[in-house]
Amino acid sequence: MAILSKEEAKQILEKVMKLSTADSLEASLSGSSQGNIRYARNTVSTSGFNEDVSLGVTANFGKRSASSTINEFDDASLRKVVKRAEELAKLAPENPEFMEPLGPQEFKESKTFSQKTADITPEFRAEVANSSIGPAKAKDVTAAGFLEDGAGFYSIMNSKGLFAYNKYSNVDFTVTMRTNDGTGSGWVTRDFNDVSKFNAAEASKTALDKAIMSREAKAIEPGKYTVILEPAAGSDLLQNMLYNMGARQADEGRSFLAKQGGGTKLGEKLVDERVTIYSDPFNEIVPASTWSGDGIPQEKVSWIENGVVKNMFYSRYWADKQGVKCVPGPSNGIMIGGDATTEELIKSTDRGILITRLWYIRTVDPQTLLYTGLTRDGTFYIENGKIKHPIKNMRFNESPVIMLNNLEALGKQQRVDGNLIPVMKIRDFTFTSLSDAV
Amino acid sequence: MKRRDFLQLTGMGIGGALLTVPLLGKAVDVNRLLELPMDVTEKKRLANIGLNAAKGNGASYADVRIGRYLNQYIFTREDKLQNAVNTESFGVGVRVLANGTWGFASTKDVSEKGIQKAAETAVAIAKANSKIQTEPVILAPVGSYGDVSWKTPLEKNAVAVPLKEKVDLLLSANAEAINNGANFVNSALFLINEQKYFASTEGSYIDQDIHRIWPNFNVTAIDSASGKYKTREALSSPMGMGFEYMDGRASSKKEGPGGTMHYYDHYDMIEDAGLAGKQAKEMLSADSIKAGKYDLVLDPNHLGLTIHESVGHATELDRVLGYEANYAGTSFATLDKWKSGDFKYGSDIVNIFADKTQKGSLGAVGYDDEGVKTKKWDIIKNGILVNYQAIRDQAHIIDEKESHGCCYSQSWNDVQFQRMSNISLTPGKEKYSPMDMIKDVEKGIYIVGRGSYSIDQQRYNFQFGGTLFFEIEKGKIKGPVNDVAYQSNTQEFWNSCTKICDESDYKTFGSFFDGKGQPSQISAVSHGSSTTRFDGVNVINTARNI
Repeated sequence: MAILSKEEAKQILEKVMKLSTADSLEASLSGSSQGNIRYARNTVSTSGFNEDVSLGVTANFGKRSASSTINEFDDASLRKVVKRAEELAKLAPENPEFMEPLGPQEFKESKTFSQKTADITPEFRAEVANSSIGPAKAKDVTAAGFLEDGAGFYSIMNSKGLFAYNKYSNVDFTVTMRTNDGTGSGWVTRDFNDVSKFNAAEASKTALDKAIMSREAKAIEPGKYTVILEPAAGSDLLQNMLYNMGARQADEGRSFLAKQGGGTKLGEKLVDERVTIYSDPFNEIVPASTWSGDGIPQEKVSWIENGVVKNMFYSRYWADKQGVKCVPGPSNGIMIGGDATTEELIKSTDRGILITRLWYIRTVDPQTLLYTGLTRDGTFYIENGKIKHPIKNMRFNESPVIMLNNLEALGKQQRVDGNLIPVMKIRDFTFTSLSDAV
Repeated sequence: MKRRDFLQLTGMGIGGALLTVPLLGKAVDVNRLLELPMDVTEKKRLANIGLNAAKGNGASYADVRIGRYLNQYIFTREDKLQNAVNTESFGVGVRVLANGTWGFASTKDVSEKGIQKAAETAVAIAKANSKIQTEPVILAPVGSYGDVSWKTPLEKNAVAVPLKEKVDLLLSANAEAINNGANFVNSALFLINEQKYFASTEGSYIDQDIHRIWPNFNVTAIDSASGKYKTREALSSPMGMGFEYMDGRASSKKEGPGGTMHYYDHYDMIEDAGLAGKQAKEMLSADSIKAGKYDLVLDPNHLGLTIHESVGHATELDRVLGYEANYAGTSFATLDKWKSGDFKYGSDIVNIFADKTQKGSLGAVGYDDEGVKTKKWDIIKNGILVNYQAIRDQAHIIDEKESHGCCYSQSWNDVQFQRMSNISLTPGKEKYSPMDMIKDVEKGIYIVGRGSYSIDQQRYNFQFGGTLFFEIEKGKIKGPVNDVAYQSNTQEFWNSCTKICDESDYKTFGSFFDGKGQPSQISAVSHGSSTTRFDGVNVINTARNI
């Protein structure tokens, strides 16, 4: 019951539409099945499984609207949820930013679902845990990891004739390996729509190797260094920049894209000209839904092209008010990379730092997109094209805008957290203090 | 967050920024929040069915939690109500011990059949997992309390206050901010009510009604000529109280250094919003701090977050043992440091205690989510690390005879585990006010309110910002400053603590949506302190040009 087909979803939603007496009605129907396993101290700690289907209904009278939700689908329940939304809508205050629901739209099929992922069993999850724990024990290392998988669907319909449906699946895996002498730690992350692309043993080995390599790290002085950010290390800073590219905040003057004297940086050069970042729901490696939550078709959208700000994203209300085409928020983030491998980038570095991941990243100044955080789980000093030794973790204070202006080289892309991120070599990355944390 | 049962409230966040707020349950009609779906007798009858089913299937221990979780969240910006959401989540979770291993199952089917099935599933999971279990669970003894109840002490149930009254208050605060120089303001009110029934095979039947409230806003002032903008968050605290927190009574506020206003057990949102508009505007032309060493004077509404990150999380026993290694991390406060009996966490005047009974705090409950009566205990005494935060299956590891009573689950649908207790700093004994403290500082910074925060995975190195910063020169406030963040190491920082104001300045800071675990669960926790001085802390300048 948790994953309804397009036809099944459509039938329920059509029934809901017919029950309404409101000026307009919007409904969303979604369901999912999710499973997980968690392990620590080289043993399984918890595991879980959950299924749910839910229907949300929003009734509109003029500029008044209200919503109601239910997870039962017999005729009486459907009548109840519509009636409740309508009663509440009549009592709601007018929303000056109300937008009439969209009419019918054309949506292309997405590639976000894999049956193999939907078929994951508890035994498979236990095997994944064992593929970390077994090798860890053999090397005097302790594994702690988490695997979460799920499959489901989203669908929306409104009384103006719009209907959209998408089915998806995902598997997310992380494992931390810590050497039992307490001096080394390694980590890895993997995520896919299709679980057949996931190799738990390979991923676990990467984390295990890093743990052993990072033992007995030496301290170096904080300051400005050339860094090689593995895709998982660059991912969060790039996402933070991308999700701050909202047009309304920029137009209101409270964004890193707001300009001195008013206006925005749209159309202006912001970062190094080798930087191009876009969204594309049809990308084979990082497929995404082909429609946004409010029913707008998701297309390929360029956010930064050759260093220039090409687009900002809009709500339907703000696009209407500004008299521009509505560009929904990013469906995913894809940054164009290069051909070089991480090893090749290391080889071309005289003096620098290789970073596995950045952790506890928080905004320091939203105006300049300054973030702070720390390196974690595998930080290495590079000298004369080779990894010389592991180094202690350090705190950084850096803005992705400054970072992308200090770009030295781009390498191969990798999927991280549903996005496609290249390995990046950056000069003058700012570290401000040392940490004793392993 | 891909979690089940969370509604995503994106795009109507504080400060105009995208914000995802965890919201548990299904949207319901506001009147539903005042209805009671089941009485205590019926809950006891159903719980016993679960306990018996678990035992009958081979469990050596079982607990049943029948929970109803209600939320009301209201969001506004300037003169507009953006959203008001009411949610309800009702169901039952059964946790069992079989073959020395935990098993857990939950269901929204709160019937004889539903509970029986959940109990059987929980036992089956425990037995299956016991095959790969390497450390059998040992439970510390607990009292058998019989039929008992506990309720957050309330003057006025916030959920019962008409929605219009609450919306009007937020909109009045917004107007006050705009009238005092703000260009934009977002405000929100978060209300939570947990109606929890707990029963266990130890012979306890505990009925609790827990309330929490958090008003918040973010004010923005813009100077379009320079392209600069500054924001100022509310100086409220989330509390374990009713709507009486919002009455702003005069006896509960005090003027502080630099023209600041400090709210203790009650909050004046409209007054604070007006001050926020004025202060955000003043910040646009304030000086930028010169990096270097400063003596810091930290207000309780700021210091609470530093306590939370550098002491609260560092002394959670599951982190120390490695259960959180893959997510939030481990801890520098290892068992050998505690066993030594002389690990100097802080200076001699640093006394930090855990207290799940503190009135008005977010963590206050009568009993925790595994039926342990709550209490107060020491974590740091005269600067020395003396204890951790532990639950029933951890107490034996630190030679404790009983649990500390800090087990919590965010809902019936999630398994309970060790969560942070209220962790607070004991006030100074001699009479000493924040004004007195400023007078004694030669070169320093007075920091009010929470800001940016980041700490490493073992809780050594941290960096904190704040809401308001004032430079102190020769015992006087020189004026507001910008671009301040301080960096330190936990042990070095707490050892640089030289003075703590007295009890009359004591108040709680709160963390309303503290996250932990995989899948992540939220919890709410308070941290009390009085204004405190730390000497020679490294301050960096965070100004950049892009």
